[in-house]
Amino acid sequence: MTTHDQARRDSPQNSSPADRLLFGGLAVGLIALSVRQRGSVGVFLGAGGALLLAGAAMGEGLGPALTHVRRTEDDHIRVQKAITIGMSADDLYSFWRHLENLPRFMQHLDSVTTQDGDGRRSHWVARAPAGTHVAWDAEITADEPGRRIAWRSLAGATVPNEGEVEFRPAPQGRGTELHVSLTYRPPGGSLGATVARLLGEDPEMQVAQDLRRLKRVLEVGHEPTTEGQSSARKGPAKAEAKMYDNRRTS
Amino acid sequence: MKAVVWQGVNRMRVETVPDPEILRPTDAIVRVSATAICGSDLHLMDGYVPSMVHGDILGHEFMGEVVEVGPEVRRVKVGDRVIVPFPISCGVCWYCKQGLTSLCDNSNPNPALAETMWGHAPAGIYGYSHITGGYAGGQAQFARTVFADANLYTVPDDLTDEQVLFLTDVLPTGYMAAENCQIEGGDVVAIFGAGPVGLFGVASAFVLGAERVISIDRFPERLEMARAYGAETINYEEENVFERLKELTGGRGPDSVMDAVGLEAQAHGLLGVADAVKQTTRVLETERPHALRAAIMACRKGGTVSVPGVYGGLADKIPLGAFMNKGLTLKTGQTHVHRYLDTLLGHIQHGRIDPTRIITHRLSLEDAPHGYHIFKHKHDGCIKCILDPWADHSTHQPSPPRP
Ligand SMILES: [Zn+2]
Ligand SMILES: [Zn+2]
Repeated sequence: MTTHDQARRDSPQNSSPADRLLFGGLAVGLIALSVRQRGSVGVFLGAGGALLLAGAAMGEGLGPALTHVRRTEDDHIRVQKAITIGMSADDLYSFWRHLENLPRFMQHLDSVTTQDGDGRRSHWVARAPAGTHVAWDAEITADEPGRRIAWRSLAGATVPNEGEVEFRPAPQGRGTELHVSLTYRPPGGSLGATVARLLGEDPEMQVAQDLRRLKRVLEVGHEPTTEGQSSARKGPAKAEAKMYDNRRTS
Repeated sequence: MKAVVWQGVNRMRVETVPDPEILRPTDAIVRVSATAICGSDLHLMDGYVPSMVHGDILGHEFMGEVVEVGPEVRRVKVGDRVIVPFPISCGVCWYCKQGLTSLCDNSNPNPALAETMWGHAPAGIYGYSHITGGYAGGQAQFARTVFADANLYTVPDDLTDEQVLFLTDVLPTGYMAAENCQIEGGDVVAIFGAGPVGLFGVASAFVLGAERVISIDRFPERLEMARAYGAETINYEEENVFERLKELTGGRGPDSVMDAVGLEAQAHGLLGVADAVKQTTRVLETERPHALRAAIMACRKGGTVSVPGVYGGLADKIPLGAFMNKGLTLKTGQTHVHRYLDTLLGHIQHGRIDPTRIITHRLSLEDAPHGYHIFKHKHDGCIKCILDPWADHSTHQPSPPRP
C-alpha cells in the first residue's frame, strides 16, 4: 500500500456545528479581550482568538486542531511528514540505516540497538514521563539501499508501531526528499495516554521537529539556539519567552 | 553590559544585562563599536510585529571587533573588525548557497512560529522578535553572533564605522529594492518613503541605471535629502501623488514603484481610518498597507512593484484588480545582505554612494530611548540615528574597552 492510498483512507475530522459555534464564540471572546490588553498579552490572546475563529470558520474541530492527531479508519494513529535535506540519498540512507543514529534527532528515543549480524532486528528504548521508559523490539521489513527502509515492532510491544522512510532525489541540486510515515496501533481504551507517553502530546509536531533536527544536524552540525543568551528577563518573564521558543503557540 | 531592551509597547529602556557568551562552537562575540536604530525597530517597539517578549535586547544593525570565537570558527579571528549582516546565514543550506540568505533554512531556532503565521520560516534575525528566532540584538556593548564564518564580514581599516555600518541592513536593503525594480536604462522609478531605505533606494536606482527617480514623503528634511541624492520629490500632504506621478511621467506612470514604507503607513481618508482601527486589535488587520495600495495604483502598465517595506501579517483592500489587470510584477523580500556586500563596499570606496549622508543623530547607547522617540516622531529632523555603546551618557566620549 502506498502512502497516498493511506492518506486517502484517513477518516474525516470535520467538527460538528455545535463545535464550531462554541469555538467561534470563544474566539470572538478572546479577540474582544485582546483589544483591551496592551502589549504581548493582547497580541497573544488576539492571535489565539484569530486561530480559533479561523478553525471554526473552516470547520476544523478544536481537538484535532490542537493536537493534530490523525486517525485511520481502524483507529490507528498515522503521522506523515517530509523534509528536504541537502545531502545525497545514499548518504542519508546510510545514516538512517545505522539505526543507532536515530536517537540523535528523534527526541523521544533514548537508544536503538541493533541485535544481530545484518542489523535487521533492533531493540528500541523510548523516554516516557517521570523518568520511565518504554522498550520494544523491531525488525526491518524492507531495505532498498538509497531508496527506502521500512520497519515494524515485534509481538509484545506496548504500542505496536511501524514506520517507513523513503529517500527521493530532489530537483535542481536541492538534495534528497525524505518521506516518513509512522503508524501506531494503541491498545483499545488507553489510546491517548499511551501514545502521549511515546511521542509527546502532538505526534505530528514531534515528528516535524525531529526531521528538522535531523536536517540541521546533518547540514550544519548542530541546532541553532538562543537558550542561555543575554536578556533583561528574570523569573516568570523567562517563561513567556520560553512559550514562544518552545513552539507552543499554534 | 548595557543594552537596549524592549519592556513592552513603546517602552524602550537601557538596562544592565549579563555579557553574552559563546553557546555554540560556531559563535563569535563582538564588542559593538557602532549600532543604529532602524525603521523596523519602530514596528517592534510599537508592538506590531508579534512575538516580542519584554526583556528582549533589540538591534539588528551593528558592527564591532571580534573579541572571542568558538572552537569551530576558522575564518574569523579575534581582533577582526566586522559588520554583522542582519539576516543570519547558516552558509550551507540550499538557500544560502543560492545567495538567498534571508531565507536560510537553518538559522531560526524557533521556526514553528513563523510557519504558523507565514507557511514557511525565513532566516533568523538579530533583535527582531521571536518569530525570527528571538536572538538578542546588537544595541548593546557586546553581542553574540552565530555561524560566524558564514556571516561576519571583515571591513577595510581605511573606512570609518559610519561609512560601513549601514552595510548591515539599510544600504543593501535600498539596493536590493532598487534591483527588484528591474530597472532598464531610461526608466523612471518612484519611491514611497524617504527614510533611510528609500534614500538608499534613490542612490541605488541611479547606480543601476534609472534616468529619473521620484521620492515621495511628507517631511521636508527627508525630501531635501532625497533631492541631494538626485531625486525629484513629491510631498503627499501638499499634492495628489497619483496625479502628480502621472503628470511627471507623461501619463504613463513610473516604470517601477518601490514601497519603502511598510506596515505603518500614514494615510488619510476612510480606508486609512479603517486600517488604523483594525490594526489596533492586532488581529482584524496587522498592517496599514496604504503605501502598497498607492504603489500598485501608480505603477505603469506592465511595470514592477518592489517592496522592501516590512510587513508582518494580514492586510486588507489590496487592489488586486489593478495589480492583475495592469500586468504588474511584485518583487519582495527581506534583504539577502551577504550577496551585496562586495559590490556595495566597492561603491562606497569609489565614492559612488555616500552612506554617511543620512546620519542626522549620533547618541550614546544610554540615549537610545530618546533616539527611538525622535526617530518615530521625526522630531528634530531625525532621519537616521546611530548609537555609540561606549560613549559616556553625559560627555559622549568613548570610554575604554572592557579589560
Ligand atoms: Zn532594519
Ligand atoms: Zn542557510
